[in-house]
Amino acid sequence: MSLRRLSLGLFAALVAGTAVAQTAVRPAPLKSGIEFTGAEVRALQNDEFANPAMLWVLRGTALWTQPAGKDNRSCASCHGDATTGMKSVATHYPQIDKSSGSLINLEGRIQQCRERRQNASPLKYESEELLGLTAFVRMQSRGMPLAISIDGPARAYFERGRDFYYKRVGQMNLACAHCHQDNWGKKLGPEIISQGHGNPYPGYRLEWQTMGSLHRRFRSCLSGVRAEMLPQGAPEYLDLELYLAWRSGNLPVETPGVRR
Amino acid sequence: MIQKQSQRRGSFPQRAAITAAAWGIGLMAGAGVLAQTPQAYQVEQGEIRAALADAGDPVRGRAVVLSRESGNCFLCHAFPDADGAPPGNLGPEMSGVGARMNAGQLRLRVVDSARVNAQSIMPAYYRIEGLNRVAAAYRGKPLLSAQQVEDVVAYLAQLK
Repeated sequence: MSLRRLSLGLFAALVAGTAVAQTAVRPAPLKSGIEFTGAEVRALQNDEFANPAMLWVLRGTALWTQPAGKDNRSCASCHGDATTGMKSVATHYPQIDKSSGSLINLEGRIQQCRERRQNASPLKYESEELLGLTAFVRMQSRGMPLAISIDGPARAYFERGRDFYYKRVGQMNLACAHCHQDNWGKKLGPEIISQGHGNPYPGYRLEWQTMGSLHRRFRSCLSGVRAEMLPQGAPEYLDLELYLAWRSGNLPVETPGVRR
Repeated sequence: MIQKQSQRRGSFPQRAAITAAAWGIGLMAGAGVLAQTPQAYQVEQGEIRAALADAGDPVRGRAVVLSRESGNCFLCHAFPDADGAPPGNLGPEMSGVGARMNAGQLRLRVVDSARVNAQSIMPAYYRIEGLNRVAAAYRGKPLLSAQQVEDVVAYLAQLK
């Protein structure tokens, strides 16, 4: 390696390494992504008969009362009617799981219930079943403001999520913050850049032509900047999910949302 | 062939599609000129004065700028002759950029805009060092080849 190449490398490393600990900050004013989508998408999301994500919610509704696993118990066997028992529950996720002391999101909680309470096999993260159940449970908090905690043991996860948010990654060398914090409202080609809130997920994305999890949405952005993608449910994505939920302030849950 | 593989991995349709896409891009990059380690260059007073390759061709450069597969420049910048590609506005407009800057200044900005402004969000199109978590298909490869950089610079230089 020539001296010039070495010095170039050092310079680049210096530029990349100057990321000082960033302050967590919310966009102001807070705007749900639905405000950036255009009237057609808004109409789709708001009409429960036209909203394509409702197909998955219906699946989740059926699964709620369907016995599963060796113990032949359904979600309803313990939780009863979801419209009352699950009301506002999703606004508090992700949260610290008391039994393990680690961060868990709603998908993780559903998996935990299947394993421990139903003695059933786990569902694949992006499966129709888990998307349906998660969307169904989250829909019981639709319109309610997010209310997560980043105190106590959640703090370390929150800080890691914040660091992820501000870390430049990929061949494009971009952090989440470059688009969704510093430049929301501007145009990336034909698209208006949103503030990047997780409140519509699991949701239906027209680009996917299907329902997807928030973690799948993370993968889309990371693929766009040509960065390594992690599997849905990866600890780094959980950290980021917590940071985003904090960053969304009191925005309402929109699940099942529709996005471009 | 790819279709068949996707079907076989029926339980992972999404992953298979992503893998297939990544392969497609990887093959494209492998067959093209992208898989080259950037050569050394010298920065003098905010410019890279020496060309990195043969003289640039503005017609090819325009194609790179408007291409979704290579430059994708119109995602952030408006160009005066973009033929209706819907322009982004994350970066400055490019009308008249050839009158505002010389070729050396343009070249440095395309190669590595962080050398001009460390906070810039513009990707470095001809640098592989100092990047994090680059997807395997793109690792060790600059966004553009030296010739593509020269072509883009030639195109920008004539926007007067």
